[in-house]
Amino acid sequence: MDAIVVGAGIVGAAVGEALAADGLAVTVLDAEFPGAGTTSAAMGHVVVMDDSEAQFALTGYSRRLWSERAAELPPDVEDECPGTLWVASDEEELEHAVRRSHFYRERGVEAEVLDSAALEKAEPNLRRGLAGALLVHGDRVIYPPNAARRLLSNAVVRGALAERRVRVEAIEPGRVRVNGSWRETAIVVNAAGVGAPELTPGLAIEPRKGHLVISDRYPGFCRHQLVELGYLKSAHSAGAESVAFNLQPRATGQVLVGSSREFVGLDRSTNRRLVGRMVRRAVDFVPALAALSVLRTWVGFRPSTPDNLPFIGEVDEGVFVAAGHEGLGITTALGTARLLADLVAGRVPEIDPSPYSPLRPMPEAQHG
Amino acid sequence: MAEVFDVAVVGAGPAGVAAACRVAERGARVALVDEGFRPGGQIYRHREGRAPAAIGEWMARLARLKVDVIHRTAVHDALRLDGKFQLRAESVHLEARKIVLATGARELLLPFPGWTLPNVFSAGGLQALVKSGLEVAGKPVVIGGSGPLLLPVAATLAKAGAKVELVCEQARRASLARALPWLARSPRKLAEALSYQAAFGPSRYRTSTWISEAIGTDRLEAVVTNSARRVSCDFAGVSFGLVPNVELAVLLGCELRDGFVVVDRRQQSTVPGVFVAGEPCGIAGVDGALGQGLVAGDAACRDVTVTADVEAARGWYEYKPPPLLRSFALRHEVLELARADTVVCRCEDVRLSRFDPEWSAREAKLATRASMGPCQGRICGPALDAILGYGADCVRCPAKPATFESLLIPEDRK
Repeated sequence: MDAIVVGAGIVGAAVGEALAADGLAVTVLDAEFPGAGTTSAAMGHVVVMDDSEAQFALTGYSRRLWSERAAELPPDVEDECPGTLWVASDEEELEHAVRRSHFYRERGVEAEVLDSAALEKAEPNLRRGLAGALLVHGDRVIYPPNAARRLLSNAVVRGALAERRVRVEAIEPGRVRVNGSWRETAIVVNAAGVGAPELTPGLAIEPRKGHLVISDRYPGFCRHQLVELGYLKSAHSAGAESVAFNLQPRATGQVLVGSSREFVGLDRSTNRRLVGRMVRRAVDFVPALAALSVLRTWVGFRPSTPDNLPFIGEVDEGVFVAAGHEGLGITTALGTARLLADLVAGRVPEIDPSPYSPLRPMPEAQHG
Repeated sequence: MAEVFDVAVVGAGPAGVAAACRVAERGARVALVDEGFRPGGQIYRHREGRAPAAIGEWMARLARLKVDVIHRTAVHDALRLDGKFQLRAESVHLEARKIVLATGARELLLPFPGWTLPNVFSAGGLQALVKSGLEVAGKPVVIGGSGPLLLPVAATLAKAGAKVELVCEQARRASLARALPWLARSPRKLAEALSYQAAFGPSRYRTSTWISEAIGTDRLEAVVTNSARRVSCDFAGVSFGLVPNVELAVLLGCELRDGFVVVDRRQQSTVPGVFVAGEPCGIAGVDGALGQGLVAGDAACRDVTVTADVEAARGWYEYKPPPLLRSFALRHEVLELARADTVVCRCEDVRLSRFDPEWSAREAKLATRASMGPCQGRICGPALDAILGYGADCVRCPAKPATFESLLIPEDRK
């Protein structure tokens, strides 16, 4: 059976790999090159999230799949397993950390609560006087562009074709249109990220812009991915603009700093004011950061959905969607691909697919 | 809030100094921001109190005028903010109503086996080191690459007592000869070229010649030329041309054509209020830079047409790629010197074999980390474009490394 995957971001690459492994004759098309879009701008934090059972199920499943293949990832994927420290500023946030630690442990995810002294010891560059932190073991950091390239090359090894600079103009059951002519295929998977709604009208995905700032190399500056516990407030804030402290040690010794969220369409310009706020927030948590040298700032567009869950499943006869992963596309690429391949093959997936159905009812978009 | 200048000029080479002087002469408030210790730029880099005669009169003119000269300050970002322009550097955010970008050019370095050995420098870099005190007296030196720059560099080395063994120009003699009619119309240029050659000895200048390999264990010991001649040397200076510094112009949204900033006759870019002078709008040498600087300075403080005297100051220069530069067009042989294991990106230690000809600059960066290091692709970006046709990568702020602190907006600083 033929399958065309539209989009060779990390999700499309993973879907291509999974379908090829099932023996389908897969072609993965990308308008630019593998990983050129949101994947190229992503932080690469593979993280188990707990803000809903459905999100936990997909992130936990996917993280397990990443860790199972860690040994086979080439060095340029820069896979490391530093864990995540969810930092609590005050006692109220620390109570939240305790509740989250219970949630994780009940579901078999290794997590512990650090008090103020233990946090200081774990991350000496964090400011003094923080209340503590939730340490989630097993969260990983990878380099997304090369992870996507790797997944796609795995697909090619299994017989898939990968075509670059091919822009798909339309999708219909049984065919896709490229340069005005139709290419026939039994299965189509729309994995076009923020571009997915153009091909599947009505799909509630909106680009949510983010900025990242990366430093020169400072090996050992921090040891864990550091995220403020208030992060979800930013991630789910209804406001037009928000920032949260999110700092990542890269395998290169560089420090990657996020995060910002805003709805401004696909405007690629750097919002210096927002970057200023974002850096301010990071420097508040890690004062020594102020003196480090910055090499670059960039922007990316998260494919966001109204209920913060991706669209994975069939929307029309033989037409599937795997898109809308917001800021969790790197984490959930492998789980998404496995789930989608199961749905295509008619197997029972390891996790319940219904929360991610593209046909589920949507709440109204909350922002302006 | 900080003071708002009428005009801020970035870069204190000939174009920037001329622009700043002109603005000050018109009585407007002007800031001149530069990375160096004193004005002069790359071409007139000098030690304290030893300004070359050619720039001396401009230094005196600058000193007489009311110009806020801000040295040792690298502008890493430029943006429009509330109807003004803001220039951001490590310790200062400057605001101005108009901007003149006179950011000069850097050298094009092409990778060849051994080019990363210690004591192999860019030609201009070696010249700058000698000017700031590197001892070369009695030491054998080879200069190589292409372009007019090789001549003054070799002359500087010779005057400092170095034994200039060879000056390798990759262009063919016949190609250089095509520039003669043009040179004949610029007798001063011709005289300059001859005086440089006299300084190091005309017989040392070889056309159709290039360094195909630099040899040494822990530092440079010899170079091998394309005719398999081995020349022992302690230092080598190599440059294949100039690459305009257009990063700030791009950040401001100025349109480029063939890698240069598009300007009108008043040196205004496609972004109103942003004027550009010197190499970023076309490699044209000192005279062109000075003339364009005056025009830009004049235009930046008035909304009327440029005055006749300033128009005349453009002198011989009217920008078309000068025939001289076409004469130095790079031959395919020098674009093919790097071997599979030759380092192309020094910051990230990426070798030629990693690159796929099918890629673009951005894909190559993402896949190999080439140009992700502290030089931000200034060196390997143009080289990869020259040898693999990758095109230019996008420009992102900060255009030069800057601290996190300096990314804070002023009211957010502690």
